[in-house]
Amino acid sequence: MRPAAATARSVTAPAGRLRRLRALWLLLVAAALLVLVALSVAIGTRDVGLGDITSALGGKVETIGEAAVAMRIPRTFLALLAGAALGLAGAIMQGVTRNPLADPGILGVNMGASLAVVVGVAWFHIETAHAYIVTAILGAGAAAIFVYIIGSLGRGGATPLKLALAGAATSVAFSSLVIAVVLPRADIAGGVRAWQIGGVGGATFERIYPILPFLAAGFVISLLSARKLNALALGDELAAGLGEHVATTRAVAAFGAILLCGATTAVCGPIGFLGLVVPHLARLLTGSDHRWLLPFSALGGACLLIAADIVGRIVARPAELDVGIVTALLGAPFFIWIVRRQRVRDL
Amino acid sequence: MLAPLVDSIVLNRRRRARRHRLVIGLLLVLVAATFVLTLLLGQSFTPPRDILRTLMGEDVPGVAFTVGQLRLPRAILTILAGLSFGLGGVAFQIMLRNPLASPDIIGISWGASAAAVFAIVVLGLSGPIVSILAVSAGLGVALLVYALSFRNGVAGTRLILVGIGVSAMLESVIAYILSTAPAWTLQEALRWLTGSVNGAQLGQTLPLLVALALFGGLLLSRARDLEALRLGDDTAAALGVRVGRTRVLIIIAAVGMIASATAISGPIAFVAFLSGPIAARIVGNNGSLLVPAALTGAALVLVGDYCGQFLLPSRYPVGVVTGALGAPYLIFLIVRVNRSGGSL
Repeated sequence: MRPAAATARSVTAPAGRLRRLRALWLLLVAAALLVLVALSVAIGTRDVGLGDITSALGGKVETIGEAAVAMRIPRTFLALLAGAALGLAGAIMQGVTRNPLADPGILGVNMGASLAVVVGVAWFHIETAHAYIVTAILGAGAAAIFVYIIGSLGRGGATPLKLALAGAATSVAFSSLVIAVVLPRADIAGGVRAWQIGGVGGATFERIYPILPFLAAGFVISLLSARKLNALALGDELAAGLGEHVATTRAVAAFGAILLCGATTAVCGPIGFLGLVVPHLARLLTGSDHRWLLPFSALGGACLLIAADIVGRIVARPAELDVGIVTALLGAPFFIWIVRRQRVRDL
Repeated sequence: MLAPLVDSIVLNRRRRARRHRLVIGLLLVLVAATFVLTLLLGQSFTPPRDILRTLMGEDVPGVAFTVGQLRLPRAILTILAGLSFGLGGVAFQIMLRNPLASPDIIGISWGASAAAVFAIVVLGLSGPIVSILAVSAGLGVALLVYALSFRNGVAGTRLILVGIGVSAMLESVIAYILSTAPAWTLQEALRWLTGSVNGAQLGQTLPLLVALALFGGLLLSRARDLEALRLGDDTAAALGVRVGRTRVLIIIAAVGMIASATAISGPIAFVAFLSGPIAARIVGNNGSLLVPAALTGAALVLVGDYCGQFLLPSRYPVGVVTGALGAPYLIFLIVRVNRSGGSL
């Protein structure tokens, strides 16, 4: 019951001290992010010297070392964006559904985006980067609505259990369909693996630029809904009593999260569990006030994804491990821990 | 006074037993027919006479290879794997009274698959030792999932959620092992991630047959106790079933079958999960689900593999076919369970 404890602390502690504490944490996380970005550029499958790194940052790609570093720069940038987007989307989804197990991966949203892109490429010959992204966002949205409808059938509405089960089942279903669609089409970029397990390897700035407007819109919408999510956290009746349009708030915030997930998945493929882990860790640091939680989740997500990517480059040398594998290995135990922590009544 | 009532009960029982036998008979015919079809008709048609002569041990030019080396081992392996998945899956579903608690959803198949791929890729092993490792890993995962979901007793739904988490981890372990493998091929990856019977050899079928006979026999000998467990632990205990012991035996038997099959064909997607509910639809309330579910599993894998090889526009491993087939059914089942809170 950490969130409750944190809230209790926020009630008892003087407001100023709490704000200073949170600001301090925010600085620390931002500093950690800078360090990780530096490490991500410096560390990789190939060991490079400091000279190579500085000259590559200056734009030179003459030696192999410089070329390696030059490839790591867009990759790090993509990991930063994708991590922030998924961390933030996870926090939003947990807020919107008031469900500790919500995560773009577990709820099948990322797989929905993945499936939509694969179907679009294989059957409808979509080619431009924008078409990819829009298709992914549509797929993410459709999957989110689908899972929410299935999860809220029957007694009690969308309980954590039902939503998680519906999402996991949908995820498995979509992932089978992705294999079935991609397998006979060797020509689809990246093949089966890229659409099953997300990764940031092989990123280029040309592939990243098109998603920037969508991510920007997603970040803005998500961050602006912080105050309304705080009201939702009190429960639907109380939020309505406070003058919130509960359904509209949910829809708008969810739309922001779907933009983030869809755009990220269009470039990286489905990356799971990040959106689950990050908001829980962020809550330990800041408490459950969404105005702090959301920025923390974004920063923390970026940190975690970059760190996971660095780990993936080191452990499987000379090969590389897709970051989606690393996040699942780290995130699944966390998922089990949350499931265990829930009271029996909820499960 | 009671006589007419007793008569009607007896009549009813007889009718149900007859219906049960009829269903089993029909499923047997279906499996046998598909088996014969896969022998006769592949890329080319082979006359039945040549097949019979090959089976008798004669060396018929051309046919000896196509049927003896390719089609026959594949068909036998497919049937054995299907029987194992069907029987093992339905045992779990009945015991835990939840169709979602099938071994491929709660992670047991993934544990066996991870152990098999570890033994083959990293340790360079082959043969029965792989199956033994897979069975041990399957049991280990079953124990782990059970322990992790234990908290003032095991709530069925918590077990399923914990199982989903464990599955996700094991899946990435498999992906990790395969990505460090020197020769990482899509075919090999798909075998361990969705299941495939490509490249079946007659030698592989023997350990599977032994495992099926051993564990399947154990399970069928406990069929009556398993049926009692369906009524709830307390009722079963009142009926004279030793609940704890029965449960352990059933878990060992079911995991043994599932894991042995997984060690050879990979976790063929959703067969363990689908066979039980489909068999339940066919059998209705007319008797034990065990044998019908096993036969349904065999039919599913046979038909799925045949479709994947010859009927679809491109060649798919069987797991992709059963996966695409099973996934919508999984969602349908969740919708139904959410609506009614019902069971199998």
